Amino acid sequence: MSVVGAMKAMKEKGDFSDLQKVVPYAGFMGLSLEQQGDEFITTMHYSEDLIGNKEIPALHGGTISAVLEMASLFQIACELEPDIMPKIVTITVDYMRSGAAQDTFATAVATRVGRRVVNMRATAWQEDRNKPIATANVNFLLA
Amino acid sequence: MVKSVFSKLFRDRQEFLAEVPHVSALGIELLDFSPRGVSLKLPYREDLVADPEDGLFSGGAISAFLDNTCGYAVSARTDRDNVFATLDLRIDYMKPATVGKDVLSFAECYKMTRRIAFVRGVAYHKNRNEPIANATATFMFTGPAGTDTRENL
Repeated sequence: MSVVGAMKAMKEKGDFSDLQKVVPYAGFMGLSLEQQGDEFITTMHYSEDLIGNKEIPALHGGTISAVLEMASLFQIACELEPDIMPKIVTITVDYMRSGAAQDTFATAVATRVGRRVVNMRATAWQEDRNKPIATANVNFLLA
Repeated sequence: MVKSVFSKLFRDRQEFLAEVPHVSALGIELLDFSPRGVSLKLPYREDLVADPEDGLFSGGAISAFLDNTCGYAVSARTDRDNVFATLDLRIDYMKPATVGKDVLSFAECYKMTRRIAFVRGVAYHKNRNEPIANATATFMFTGPAGTDTRENL
């Protein structure tokens, strides 16, 4: 089964526990997904492998852009249920706060859904959702 | 390049890079390091793939790799004591990486002010003119003003 097909099946079951089996990179990053109302929340579970600066300690900036991108992809897969995997075209990330050595959460909303392009706005936070550590605009090609 | 491989500075930097947990988790290797630019390698790995059906590097892995390359370009042009944080990063994905092939990167800090460093970077297989992805990033010096080591060249 395709990744988008498997994502749809997991959504219908209401159980995303196979996410890391379906998406290898989600396993590498320690990502899990859950639905809360209309929203799909991606969690990047803390592990030392995500660290970019051991002295602070702070998450590697690349892990934050990655979780924003993956949250956008998961939201499209679950909300729009495309037949093929959306292709990322651009991502623009604003970093607001450094990521502490703890779990990170991310969601994304579609700001525009076109026939070919979907524009997503993604937000990542840690303890306080009102204090995002980073946001991103992410554009995907659907077909 | 050959000269820099054997320099002590390069060795120090290679060791420094290997000590960054997410960098060693991704298996990133340092190829070249100079105030004029840095080159890194991201070896192909199946666990960095988003969709096993196509086997392509996940966009997330490419962005983490380019983020790292851009940050490293700032390190290469500044003093070891300069501390900086990423302000923003934009990545354009031009074409998928070839399945099974390592991805290379190059980034250059092309402009520095006292507070801000401007960086451009690219991910590719063989030729920088055939990019897989392009990156533009800005960094802010959070401690002392940035020291430009390129002026000493």
